[in-house]
Amino acid sequence: MNIKLTRKQKKMLYRIIAAAVLMAAAAVVTRLIEMPMWAELIIYAVPYIIAGFDVLKTAFINMIHGQFFDEKFLMMVATIGAFGAGEYPEASAVMLFYQVGELFQSIAVGRSRKSISKLMDIRPDSATVIREGEEITVGPDEVDVGELIITRPGEKIPLDGVVEDGTSSVNTAALTGESAPVDVKYSDSVISGTVNLTGVIKVRTTSTFGESTVSKILELVENSSEKKAKVENFITKFAKVYTPCVVIAALLLGIIPPLILGIGSWEIWKTWLIRACVFLVVSCPCALVVSVPLSFFGGIGGAAREGVLIKGANYMESLASIDTVVFDKTGTLTKGVFAVEDIHPRDISKADLLDVAAACESFSSHPVAQSIVRAHGGHIEKDRITEVKEIAGKGIEAVIDGERYYCGNGGLMEMCGADYKDCHLTGTIIHVSKGSEYLGHIVINDEIKEDSARAVSELKKIGVKKIVMLTGDKEKVAKSVSEKLGLTEYHAELLPADKVTHIEELLNKSSRLAFAGDGINDAPVLMRADVGIAMGAMGSDAAIESADVVLMDDKPMGIVKAILIARKTMRIVKENVIFALGVKAIILILGALGIANMWIAVFGDVGVLILAILNAVRAMRIKK
Amino acid sequence: MKKTFELEDLDCANCARKMQEAVEKLDGVNSCSVNFMTQKMILDADDARFDDILKEAIKVMKKVEPDCTVLI
Repeated sequence: MNIKLTRKQKKMLYRIIAAAVLMAAAAVVTRLIEMPMWAELIIYAVPYIIAGFDVLKTAFINMIHGQFFDEKFLMMVATIGAFGAGEYPEASAVMLFYQVGELFQSIAVGRSRKSISKLMDIRPDSATVIREGEEITVGPDEVDVGELIITRPGEKIPLDGVVEDGTSSVNTAALTGESAPVDVKYSDSVISGTVNLTGVIKVRTTSTFGESTVSKILELVENSSEKKAKVENFITKFAKVYTPCVVIAALLLGIIPPLILGIGSWEIWKTWLIRACVFLVVSCPCALVVSVPLSFFGGIGGAAREGVLIKGANYMESLASIDTVVFDKTGTLTKGVFAVEDIHPRDISKADLLDVAAACESFSSHPVAQSIVRAHGGHIEKDRITEVKEIAGKGIEAVIDGERYYCGNGGLMEMCGADYKDCHLTGTIIHVSKGSEYLGHIVINDEIKEDSARAVSELKKIGVKKIVMLTGDKEKVAKSVSEKLGLTEYHAELLPADKVTHIEELLNKSSRLAFAGDGINDAPVLMRADVGIAMGAMGSDAAIESADVVLMDDKPMGIVKAILIARKTMRIVKENVIFALGVKAIILILGALGIANMWIAVFGDVGVLILAILNAVRAMRIKK
Repeated sequence: MKKTFELEDLDCANCARKMQEAVEKLDGVNSCSVNFMTQKMILDADDARFDDILKEAIKVMKKVEPDCTVLI
């Protein structure tokens, strides 16, 4: 492990080593040579001061400012108290270990901060812009919308834009977690923060740097720690009362029992003074205050690396206990793009049927028509088509090679008198006839995404009870998709307002509900759900703004990832809270009874802090 | 007005919490968040008196944690 220390940390480390060596020497010397109390005191005071002079200084300043519940001040009181009670080695050791804990905390937090910012190392440093025919390198924020930028292999694409020249493949892993590169060519859009891999491309920018995807993502991740989880609020409240309570308890412990048990006996005063010092040593709630936000920060950072942006620790908390996931259909479970699923010809070949249909539809811009043209793939000679008429709500009538063809729904077939048959498959059915002679039909469907089925079964496996689909599409289509994916429930033919009503009904029946949509037209539902998840958000501002969790890629599996990451983070947080509180409570009890000594108290402070931080750092690591 | 400031040598999380509380109590501060993880402070305060409030905030933060400095 390669740890780079800052100058301040290095200085602290040397001081700790020096103090530790002197302490060890002091322990040996006092064991070997019999010496008076004052000499022992001096021998132990030297490492104490070397380790802790800055603590003493700050404590003193804070005392002047009236900050009596400051941890440094309390540490000073506890150690001086221990010196007063004649526990010299303990007093020195407490200061030494306190500093070890502080140093460790500073290194651990610095490291995780760095590794998270490394994960999010997507901020481009410069942009090469073409101005008046010359290439100039400028900061990304100096490029205007509509300028032409050029990126070479290995460079980060600095701004969102559209490829104007060249082809390349682009690595989007930093944004989506998806390692397979994406090919881009003329007129494709590219996203800032992705890496150009193979070719030189010229890109016409469509956003300023401030408005670009990469800036939005960075802002989102950095601000995510503003939205606090309930546990965090609890810790804040707890920290506020914990220290004063323990300090007051320490005071009472140091004064009242000796008053009752033996006001004149120095031995009794000494015993209770040490017990009070034990209280003071564990009076800092540091382990909790550091490790809880550190866990959330780590979890959010780790999730971001996987292409899952979680907007706050509070959503992390909700995600962990999701028992109902509601999906929008189009664009979420399905690709939102129509594709020819099957061709059922009558008396002619499939290719011929598709050829005729594609010719008819080649003039239409309707998504269904486009899908037929795409499926045909080849060149359509438009000269062959002499007459095209669109019949609203029914389809198209066209004359091809002098023959009259009809291409459309059942209504159109009835109109031209063709003897058509409905298909057993669901989806959009396009019938084709030559005059009144029926040629067959083409089945068109919105394709289900490759990993939708896996996402649904994984969700069930991790204990999500209800997986519901809401769609504006026809009942028949919804039913078929729902059966293919194994959903527990679906509601079809819904208007946008109906979706909200259904969500509210489901909210009443579930403990935590997540809604996943494409974020474009389901903003009200996204807001209403406990956790609104927007999918395929690359380049969509609306989604990034209205959702609580943003999946950068188009894959429903991202929801499974998000839930698993959230659960792991919450588990770590709970472990830390219970562990830290438990150990401190035990030490307080044992300390009051005189069983726990100063050494154990130091463990309760520094040891717990270190263990809690180590545990919190785990949140960042995500299994692939 | 809302502005973000970088903090240097913010070494303890408990202090960050206390600084935030102290700044929030100041007159004219709408909200403040001192973030230990990102070592940043986000101050939201009245536009007209922003600079004065900032100065005041830095003063109370110094009181809580003398080592920590606000980079402006």
